[in-house]
Amino acid sequence: MATQHSRSAARLMMAPAVFLLLVWMLVPLSMTLWFSFRKYLPLRGGDLGWAGFDNYVRFVTSSSFWPSVMTTLMIVGGVLVVTVVLGVLLAILLDQPMWGQGVVRILVIAPFFVMPTVSALVWKNMFMDPVNGLFAHLWKFFGAEPIAWLSEASMQSLIMIVSWQWLPFATLILLTAIQSLDSEQLEAAEMDGAPPLARFFHIILPHLSRAITVVILIQTIFLLSIFAEIFVTTQGSFGTKTLTYLIFQRVLESQNVGLGSAGGVYAIILANIVALFLMRIVGKNLDA
Amino acid sequence: MGRIQLKQVKKSFGDVTVIPPLDLTIEDGEFTVFVGPSGCGKSTLLRLIAGLEDTTDGVIEIDGKDATMLPPAKRSLAMVFQSYALYPHMSVRKNIAFPMKMAGMDKAEQDKRIASAAKALNLTDYLDRRPGQLSGGQRQRVAIGRAIVREPAAFLFDEPLSNLDAALRVGMRMEISELHKKLDTTMIYVTHDQVEAMTMADKIVVLHAGVIEQVGSPLELYRNPRNKFVAGFIGSPRMNFIEGPEAAKHDAQTIGIRPEHIEVSTTEGLWQGRVGVAEHLGSDTFIHVHGVPGCDPMTVRVGGEIPVHHGDTVFLNPNLDHLHRFDAKGLRIQ
Amino acid sequence: MARAVKTQRKAINTALAWAVGLLIFFPILWTILTSFKTEAQAISDPPVFLFFDWTLENYAVVQERSNYMRFLWNSVIIAGGSTILGTIIAIPAAWSMAFVPSKRTKDILLWMLSTKMLPAVGVLYPIYLLFIKLGWLDSRVGLIIVLMLINLPIIVWMLYTYFREIPGEILEAARMDGASLREEILYVLTPMAVPGIASTILLNIILAWNEPFWTLNLTAAKAAPLTAFIASYSSPEGLFYAKLSAASVMAIAPILIMGWFSQKQLVRGLTFGAVK
Repeated sequence: MATQHSRSAARLMMAPAVFLLLVWMLVPLSMTLWFSFRKYLPLRGGDLGWAGFDNYVRFVTSSSFWPSVMTTLMIVGGVLVVTVVLGVLLAILLDQPMWGQGVVRILVIAPFFVMPTVSALVWKNMFMDPVNGLFAHLWKFFGAEPIAWLSEASMQSLIMIVSWQWLPFATLILLTAIQSLDSEQLEAAEMDGAPPLARFFHIILPHLSRAITVVILIQTIFLLSIFAEIFVTTQGSFGTKTLTYLIFQRVLESQNVGLGSAGGVYAIILANIVALFLMRIVGKNLDA
Repeated sequence: MGRIQLKQVKKSFGDVTVIPPLDLTIEDGEFTVFVGPSGCGKSTLLRLIAGLEDTTDGVIEIDGKDATMLPPAKRSLAMVFQSYALYPHMSVRKNIAFPMKMAGMDKAEQDKRIASAAKALNLTDYLDRRPGQLSGGQRQRVAIGRAIVREPAAFLFDEPLSNLDAALRVGMRMEISELHKKLDTTMIYVTHDQVEAMTMADKIVVLHAGVIEQVGSPLELYRNPRNKFVAGFIGSPRMNFIEGPEAAKHDAQTIGIRPEHIEVSTTEGLWQGRVGVAEHLGSDTFIHVHGVPGCDPMTVRVGGEIPVHHGDTVFLNPNLDHLHRFDAKGLRIQ
Repeated sequence: MARAVKTQRKAINTALAWAVGLLIFFPILWTILTSFKTEAQAISDPPVFLFFDWTLENYAVVQERSNYMRFLWNSVIIAGGSTILGTIIAIPAAWSMAFVPSKRTKDILLWMLSTKMLPAVGVLYPIYLLFIKLGWLDSRVGLIIVLMLINLPIIVWMLYTYFREIPGEILEAARMDGASLREEILYVLTPMAVPGIASTILLNIILAWNEPFWTLNLTAAKAAPLTAFIASYSSPEGLFYAKLSAASVMAIAPILIMGWFSQKQLVRGLTFGAVK
């Protein structure tokens, strides 16, 4: 496809980006790996020497480890279920002929562009506040006792906030996928006498399966590291301490860098497992 | 001046050799056509000459100077691409001016050349339009305009007419031929269409699987094809090949006879067969005859209109002066 | 008859879609409305929707008290700077991958994308430490560089997909016409890719503008962008709904508008081409 001359030019032009990302990946990563094997307490004596696998063992045996894993799984799983199910339904709805489709699309997509700190705060104060929040008013209107959402139903509240942020993403991607469905296929199925529900399960859903996989993988990667939403709402209390938040606390709040770094290595491994699957799908698409 | 010489030029992609070592000389001012089925390496050969691909081995000389390692821009060649490759964000004027701008030519000279190219190519009224607003034929002319203003040593055409509809193609074919007569510059033209090759070329290079099968003038190839491949590729409809006892009568593995060298009779002849499809074009009639031993169907071309139809029995008389004989390797027996 | 059924179905779809759309949009709408109320009206029971005394007072107060303009300016510099820097580095890289692909191109591209998936918290302390060493903590330069690096894979990726849609023959034509590599990229590729480059920039400004992890953890007072500005409302100012709303609206309005323009590119940019 090209000459020697353009190939060497290409290598030269790719170099800055490759070099920067290589540094960005390798330097902090090897530092994290190094710290994870040290007893390192910056505020209490600094680097106190080799710790072996001590940090790794202590991180997983600490009383907050398993709860944080459970919390992480529940938030990621909960948000995935909500966004994928609602996303599919919403995508199908938005694909139907209607008036003002463009405007509705904009309304649905808007939450994705709201800064995470803003959406968390708005939900926390203006909707979920047990006294003045809109939900409290709504509950009272129906004669129910208002709920202190973020302390009594902290997990559900968090899932709701994060789902609101990510629903547009899922919807938009699934809508794009639905629109790429050949309408003749649906017409053929209709001619073959398939009722709407059968068309959904036999044609639309299989067609969407890859898009759904992609949505799940990408969201998982981003959801595993949600931070701001917890930072401005519960600060990790009321059972909302995720793995990410636990590591953040170990590193910056209690300044136990060795322990936090070991946690960081776990988080990196976890993210890489998910990323591997995603990369395989992306890679296959590159060939096509 | 534009004499191009390839000496033992070879091209491989990885382990795959697409062009085994090959020698070819294109004389100054010659209109040379590379023709062959798709995948035969003709475009690759052109791109090697252009400098868009590196040769794996061998030497390319332009006007006696080694150009093997020169970048495309330094070879003083101009190329017209299959997709025209016009710059969509530039007006026609700027498209044509681009190579001159790159060469740092002064503005007055640029304008002069643009004006004369536009006049020659009937583009004067379109100079300020964008390529997107032009028809296929006009885009083709802009691409040619962009090539001629540089006054290159040679023009390279990479299947330039394949994106045009049939009627336009005939027109553009004439225009390019006329341009060649006017400019008298070397042109190398790649096509898979043997009609284009026959009508335009001074010299045809027939390529097959990266190998040159034959080089010669159109009529030379038509009259004296070196082998079965060239015989079958040049000429339309294709030459009929007959194998078996009929060929053995002529001491050959295969004999070939062109459709236009067979006479049709309803009463008597050498071969007898049944009409399958008869294509009545008015000027000609193509008859596909079934049942001739060693060749099914045999195509026959008759000038004008003759009243034969599906199912009729006909007799065929080949003109033995135009019989081609091939040996077991497919080479022509003199 | 068939036509009547169709219109009726369309009407039902429309009503349903608008209802769902408004429900999803409601928190934003409510925030916008509340920002124009007085504090008393903002927490009035029952809540008021449209019939209140519209006021711009909150915007004035927020601006005055927290020096909104400084945060806004930081956001603009950080988001804009990191995006422009990233684009300048990414254009040549994307050119190479799109037009001179080699056997390794795909692997490099995938590796680049995989760096995007590195969980930030895993490298929080090293970055924090390096920032202290380099004197970058709470500086705009530091944030510009970090945000550039985390978004570089997406910028390279998006530009690559746009460049791949440009026929290679046009660049070859430029080469035949005597353009050097620099001229080829400057006069031919870049102008043709302007729409793609523009949407890449737009999406990355949005991502950088909203980035909540590094902006919260690596800044204090000086370089804090709007994400941190809002986080400072978590308490106790957060209880002043009208002011919180005004601050929120000021933080999201510019990006909301950009986002609406870039919704098509969103899919391409965030799915790495896995969904077309």
